[in-house]
Amino acid sequence: MSELTTLTAAELSAKLTSGEVSAVEATQAHLDRIAAVDGDIHAFLATDSDASLAAARAVDERRAAGEQLGELAGVPLAIKDVLVTTDMPSTSGSKILEGYRSPFDATVVAKARAAGLINIGKTNMDEFAMGSATENSAYGPTFNPWALDRVPGGSGGGSAAAVSAFEAPLALGSDTGGSIRQPAALTGTVGAKPTYGGVSRYGAIALASSLDQVGPCARTVLDTALLHDVVAGHDRHDATSLNHAWPSMAAAARDGVDPASLKGLRVGVIKQLQLPGMQPGVKERFDETVALLTAQGVEVVEIDAPHFEYAVAAYYLILPSEASSNLAKYDSVRFGLRVEPEGGGTIESVMSATRGAGLGPEVKRRIILGTYALSAGYYDAYYGSAQKVRTLIQRDFAAAFSQVDVIVSPTAPTTAWNIGHVNEDPMQDYLNDATTIPANLAGIPGLSLPIGTASEDGLPVGLQLMAPAFEDARLYRAASAIESLITARDGKPFWAQAPSLVSASTGKAAA
Amino acid sequence: MSETPAAENAAPEITAETVQHLAGLARIALTDAEVEGLTFELDSILTNIAKVSEVATDDIPATSHPIPLSNVTRVDEVADVLTREQALANAPATADGMFRVSSILGEEQ
Amino acid sequence: MAKTKLMDFDKALELFEPVIGLEVHVELNTKTKMFSSAPNVFGSEPNTNLAPVCLGLPGSLPVVNEEAVKYSIRLGLALGCDIAEVSGFARKNYFYPDMGKNYQISQYDDPIAHDGSVEIELESGRVIHVPIERAHMEEDAGKLNHVGGSTGRIQGAEYSLVDYNRAGVPLVEIVTHPIFGGEADTPEIAAAYVSTIRDIVVSLGISDARMERGNIRCDANVSLRPRGNEGAGMSVLGTRTETKNVNSLRSIERAVRFEIQRQAQLLSEGTAITQETRHWHEDTGETSPGRPKSDADDYRYFPEPDLSPLTPSRELVEELRATLPEQPTLRRRRLAAEWGFSPLEFRDVVNGGLLDDIEATVAAGVPAQTARKWWTGEIARIANERSAVPTDLITPEQIASVVALVDAGTLNDKLARQVLAGIIDGEGTAQEIVDARGLAIVSDDGALIAAVDAALAEQPDVLEKIRGGKMQAAGAIIGSVMKAMKGQADAARVRELVLERASAE
Repeated sequence: MSELTTLTAAELSAKLTSGEVSAVEATQAHLDRIAAVDGDIHAFLATDSDASLAAARAVDERRAAGEQLGELAGVPLAIKDVLVTTDMPSTSGSKILEGYRSPFDATVVAKARAAGLINIGKTNMDEFAMGSATENSAYGPTFNPWALDRVPGGSGGGSAAAVSAFEAPLALGSDTGGSIRQPAALTGTVGAKPTYGGVSRYGAIALASSLDQVGPCARTVLDTALLHDVVAGHDRHDATSLNHAWPSMAAAARDGVDPASLKGLRVGVIKQLQLPGMQPGVKERFDETVALLTAQGVEVVEIDAPHFEYAVAAYYLILPSEASSNLAKYDSVRFGLRVEPEGGGTIESVMSATRGAGLGPEVKRRIILGTYALSAGYYDAYYGSAQKVRTLIQRDFAAAFSQVDVIVSPTAPTTAWNIGHVNEDPMQDYLNDATTIPANLAGIPGLSLPIGTASEDGLPVGLQLMAPAFEDARLYRAASAIESLITARDGKPFWAQAPSLVSASTGKAAA
Repeated sequence: MSETPAAENAAPEITAETVQHLAGLARIALTDAEVEGLTFELDSILTNIAKVSEVATDDIPATSHPIPLSNVTRVDEVADVLTREQALANAPATADGMFRVSSILGEEQ
Repeated sequence: MAKTKLMDFDKALELFEPVIGLEVHVELNTKTKMFSSAPNVFGSEPNTNLAPVCLGLPGSLPVVNEEAVKYSIRLGLALGCDIAEVSGFARKNYFYPDMGKNYQISQYDDPIAHDGSVEIELESGRVIHVPIERAHMEEDAGKLNHVGGSTGRIQGAEYSLVDYNRAGVPLVEIVTHPIFGGEADTPEIAAAYVSTIRDIVVSLGISDARMERGNIRCDANVSLRPRGNEGAGMSVLGTRTETKNVNSLRSIERAVRFEIQRQAQLLSEGTAITQETRHWHEDTGETSPGRPKSDADDYRYFPEPDLSPLTPSRELVEELRATLPEQPTLRRRRLAAEWGFSPLEFRDVVNGGLLDDIEATVAAGVPAQTARKWWTGEIARIANERSAVPTDLITPEQIASVVALVDAGTLNDKLARQVLAGIIDGEGTAQEIVDARGLAIVSDDGALIAAVDAALAEQPDVLEKIRGGKMQAAGAIIGSVMKAMKGQADAARVRELVLERASAE
């Protein structure tokens, strides 16, 4: 493996800025790494080395011409396939969009390009971001670089695995109920869901409009913050985008590097997020981290959030309802798959046949559920009630943040599970998202960073941090300090402990 | 938004006919096996999520947007126009610069 | 199509009280669409006025057109409505290939305007206040072209072609409360109401308001209730039908009349009315049942998560109220009084769409009757000949300049018509045309006397008649003189001279 792929984005950026490394070299190194390991990982749905190298050359030329470039110019970026791109297909992990080419770039993609980042490829995901394991991708699962028989989490398993497997230092994801944070936890990487509206959703293929938020993934807190700074900000194309003067997340991350910055911080632990089914190794690492914080002079407060027990239920009404409407556009008329029923038929039967054949089981399940929840006679009991629960959860958060600065929880109740493990009852899968869902319902920012491995399986455990809306910088400051504590404890950064590195670099995956 | 009274707190039992009706509304052709599977799953899911109505009392306002904004508008100026080639590029079938679809039975809306 | 059995209209009214409710869709003429910045233009090549939102492309998002909101508020105010303090958007979900997203963004619980009233006036002079329930913003759908089959209609078509240019054009839907007490005037009320709405949106300048292009479309709800229940309000309304997309004033009147007669016939036979959507057929003059409402009963409305609510400030509302023009009905009443036209003359002016032009011409200094004669006479004739819009041919100022020359005695009516034609053909100003063509009246008596004498000499028999006291015989001489003068003489002066010269010898 080229040394260039094990650099953090910040380190690579320094070498690019000094001219020690060219964008073409950095891009080629990552393309080589993808060629070497992605057969095992399957993090990518599309790559185009010509397009990536052309973009890299353009950055090198601009730099050579003396142009002042962004800090991340020339750094490769993996892009979740939920984000539309003009230079590569965008499928959202669905057969119904196979080969779809967008005439416009998502705003975050446009911003990344303008900052000189290089699109290195489109990453795998659960179909239309519905899932927690990336096994619902119509194009096959992604494998966890820490253990190839394990899932990388989802829906953004591709982006998390790409970063974890050194195929890219940075990736973009989207988080509707944990799709950035949970895969980060399961792959030992960092991922952030910004405040709702902090990052434009324009060009993010919608799942649930009032919950979706685009955000950054990386191996370190600083890298995540650097990417956050590139993509954040107001966008006239997104009416839910916030017109807010965001402070630099990278500056916050740099501020927080010294763990002494934690002193005096008030940290909440929510009773209701200590799930009964939590894996012992996860709980162990979480408690240990809380102890580390206490040792730094952090005040830890237990918080009661009585309505959190309704969060999953509300989420699985709001998401399917909005999704049932958002996904109606996949009808075979203007783009995407068309399936003609046997013997032809009316447009109505063509639409039904297309959607029957082109949408996967989880997508169908949620569309049907959402259609039901919005139906006349059920709206008040289901969708209407779920929106009220949303209010109650916001109130719980408001009460919590009147006592503490930051809330912590395990990002996920378990470490990565085996690929192919099927719960007969989908509700069991849904309940696993209980820790990450409340932040989406409330619109507040959340971040996951690795805090060690579980003793029983040696797989990564993530810590989730949450802050009030607009206080994303607070997360980066605290996460950076915690990252320093973990690195100091282990004697090396967490990402450097990934076991698959050596064997993967030889082209043979770890078992 | 419906004017109809709230359904009972307990989730109504989901039948295969309900699933077929919903699939019709959502334009998804389902196999018999899919209908059977979805009937079971939907019933289980609804049993679990119907509890939202327990705490959703009349005095609680609904939240439809997580971060409340208002009056977000744009100026009335032309932008972002697609060429016809771009508009039609991804279409499964086109003719005469338009999107071609199968015949539509019934009446126009 | 089998001829539908209808009850005689007067008989129907004896037995039943008709109640109507009207839904009028008005397309706004903003530069761009309701939720996307694609151009809002009629008549372009198919699929050329599109932004990603119009096609529902993956990742596209709607953003509200500020101008469309202002237009809607102004319309709401002109309809006498209250403007909502909080108004939101909702998705109306149904599949149809003319809608890129397969949902329409509309307003449901909280329309921008509600509770208004519109005054309309019938031919008879009867004045009616139509109660407005609400006016809400939404987006138009694209257009389907049905190809193959014999009729070019949807039935029997082999395939359809979709043009999304119209998809997303801003619409305001104006919904009335049920209109009671129309009785035999009910069909006329429907047409007069739509006509008044058209006048209002034209006066506001917010719509092109061309019904033949679908800028204004009407859905008419009609129901009957047996006599004896008058005044009972909404509680005992009969089952209604909704006749969709009736797109001319005449058709609206005919469709409502037809439904009253059809429903009365069925009810008198003991057949219940089916609540349904019906379609108006211009060719047969009948309505027929539309597609049974399978999806329509469940649009699964929910608040549009991509758009935030509108909370128009009271300052903005008052600012917009200050821009409202005079209500068209009131304005007409005022102008009819000021101008002193007969009811018939005034109706011709209104039907000709000439109110603004005559008002402007009067403002340019032309007497009202003179202005009317020019607009409804010569200009209308030329416009008709050339299939042109009268207003496009000539300006009120240009007409005033011609009239001024007539008043000054430079032109007579016939010459004035020639000058007008010259102006329309772009030959220059009235004076330039007079000079260039040498059209001014000959006021030199010497030349006129010579011409009169010559004519009298040529027609001694006529001269005798004049001398015999048959003054009307002078017409022949005047005609000859005018001909000899190529029309460039003042006929009154010629007449004076003819009588003078005839009696002089």
